[in-house]
Amino acid sequence: MISDDYLKYPLRRYGMDHDRYDWSILPRRQKVAWPGGARIALWVVPALQWFPLDQKGQPFKPIGALQTAYPDLRHYTLRDYGNRVGIYRIMKALDRHGIRASVPVNAAVAARYPSLIKECAARGWEIVGHGLDMDHLHYEGMADEKSLISKSLEILRKTSKVRGWLSPAKSESRSTLDLLAAEGIDYVCDWVNDDMPYAMRAGGKTIHSMPHSADVDDATILIGMHHDEDELRDQLIDHFDVLYQESATQGGRIMPIPLHSWVIGQPYRIGTLETVLAHIMKHPGVWPATGSDILDAYVSGRKAAQARGE
Amino acid sequence: MKRDPGLYDYLPYAKRPKIEWPNGARLAFWVAPNIEFYELDPPKNPTRGSWPRPAPDVLGYSYRDYGNRTGFWRMMEAMDRCGVRGSVSLNVAVCEHHPEIIKACAERGWEFYSHGTYNTRYMFNMSEEQERALIQDSIDTIKKHTGQRLDGWLSPALSYTERTLDLVAEMGLTYICDLFHDDQPGPVKVKKGRLTSVPYSLEMNDFIVYNVNLVSPRHYRDILKHQFDRLYAEGAESGTVMCIPLHPYLIGQPYRIKAFEEALRYIAGHDKVWLATGREIAKHFNDNYYDAFARASLPVGEAP
Repeated sequence: MISDDYLKYPLRRYGMDHDRYDWSILPRRQKVAWPGGARIALWVVPALQWFPLDQKGQPFKPIGALQTAYPDLRHYTLRDYGNRVGIYRIMKALDRHGIRASVPVNAAVAARYPSLIKECAARGWEIVGHGLDMDHLHYEGMADEKSLISKSLEILRKTSKVRGWLSPAKSESRSTLDLLAAEGIDYVCDWVNDDMPYAMRAGGKTIHSMPHSADVDDATILIGMHHDEDELRDQLIDHFDVLYQESATQGGRIMPIPLHSWVIGQPYRIGTLETVLAHIMKHPGVWPATGSDILDAYVSGRKAAQARGE
Repeated sequence: MKRDPGLYDYLPYAKRPKIEWPNGARLAFWVAPNIEFYELDPPKNPTRGSWPRPAPDVLGYSYRDYGNRTGFWRMMEAMDRCGVRGSVSLNVAVCEHHPEIIKACAERGWEFYSHGTYNTRYMFNMSEEQERALIQDSIDTIKKHTGQRLDGWLSPALSYTERTLDLVAEMGLTYICDLFHDDQPGPVKVKKGRLTSVPYSLEMNDFIVYNVNLVSPRHYRDILKHQFDRLYAEGAESGTVMCIPLHPYLIGQPYRIKAFEEALRYIAGHDKVWLATGREIAKHFNDNYYDAFARASLPVGEAP
C-alpha cells in the first residue's frame, strides 16, 4: 500500500516543477539571428576522455566505461586510442573546412597529454571543461564537489580560457550548476531539452544551457543503438536537413555534432564524419562556430531585442 | 496473483463477424501522441523507481522535457501537413503545466484521453479509493480544460492493479489501450460497464521501436509502411486498426521527423483509410460489433 501523499501534487502548476529554468516553447520564441545572416551554427564537439584503470564506477558507469575484471587493458587502451590517434583524424577532417571545434577535455587528459591541448589551442578550438576524468562523475551526495570542479578547471585554465562545461556522462548533483556558475562558467552542455540555448538560474547567477544532443552523438548511435556508419551518416544528414529547412522560417538553428575521439576517430568511421561535413558545408549560410561564439551571438541578440523593447 | 488476467475470451482472427468501417474504409488509422510530464523529484512507489540514475537525473528528465518544449511542435506540424488528427494519451497534469500544448491540440480537433496524472505516478500498490481518485482526477481535469468527456484510458507508464480496468469501465470510460492481444477492437470482460479494447500497439510505438528495439529512423519508416500494407490488405476482408503511438520527445527530434513524415504521408495518402480518433473507433465498434464479437467468442479452457 502507499500513502495518500502519493496523490498529492504540490508542484502541479503552470510551467516547470522546479525553478531552474522557465517553461518556453521553441517555435514561439523570438527568432535568433546568427552573424552574417547564417541559418545554421555548426557546433562540432569532440570529447577527449580518459577512463582510469582503477575504475570505481560510482554512482554508475558511463558509456565507454571499462568492462572486464581488473586490469581491463582492453577497454582502457581502446578509449585512450582516441587521445593518441583518433583526435588527429578529427583535426584533419575539420581543418579541411576551417571548422573550429569546441573540445570537452577531462582535466586528466590535459595534465597527461599537454601537447594535445596545445594542438587544439593552435587551431583556435575552444576548450570546454569536462570534469576530472570519466570515473569522477558529479552526483548528489558526493564528497566535496566544489573542490573537484575547482581542481578540474584550474588544470584546464592553465592552458586556456574555459567558459563551457560538459559534466562527465551529463551527470549533475543538485549543486553542480551553482558551483559552475560561481567558477565563472557561462554555459553547460548537460541538458538535452532544447534545440537552442536558454537561460538557467544558478545560485544568483545565470548559466546558459547549450543544446548538446545526447541523440545525434557517435557513441549513442554506434555503440548505444548498435547502428552502422551509414545509419549514423543518414541520421546526421536528416538532422541537419530538417534544421536547415526550419531556419528558413523560424530563425537561426544550431547543428550540434557531439563526438568521441575513441569512437568516430577509427579509420573505418572517420569517412562518415567527412561525408557529413561535406554535406553540411556545401549549404550556403552555415556558420562553423564554437560554443562561446554561439552563446555570445545568442545573448547579444537577446539583449538587442530587449533594448528595442521586444 | 491470477495466472490469466481474465479480460477476454478466445476469438480466432480467422472466424469473426466482419467489421465494416464508415465509408467502406478497410483500415481505421489513428495516431496517439503520449503527451507526458515526468517529475524531477516524484515520490517513490515501492514497486518502481522513476529514473534510472540517482536524483536528479538531469539526462532523463531533460530528455523527456524536450518533448514539450520542442518535439511536440515539430510533430504537430508534420501531422498537420499530412492531415492527421491526434488522440492524445495525456498525463492530465500537462493541462496545468503546459496549457499551450492543450490549446494547440484542442484547436485541431484532437481527442484527449487519459494516461494518468503524471508519468512518474504509478498505479502499483494503490488502494481502490486511491485508484478511483486518480481516475476521477483525469475525468475532471480533461473536462475542465478541454470540455471533452473522457472516454479512453492508457494506464500511466502501463502500471496497474488487478482492479484498474474494472474501475475505469465502472467510472464511465468506454475504451482502453492497455491490451495488445489483437489487431481489431474487442470486448473487455469487466465487472460493470461496457469496455472496448482498441488496438494501440507496442510494436509500432516509437518508444519500443527506438529505445528497446534500437531501430533507426528510416527503418522505422519502413516498419510503419510494412505494417500498414499488410493490415490494409487484410482490411479488404474485415476492417482492421492501425495505431501509431508516439512520444514527442522521441519522434520530434529533427533526425527522426523527416522519415516519420514520409510514412505518415504514405498511409494518409491511401483511399479507404479512415483517419479516426480512438474514441471514434471505439464508438463504431461498440455500436455495431461489440455484441456480435462477445457472442462469437469462445470460452477459454482451464490452464493445467
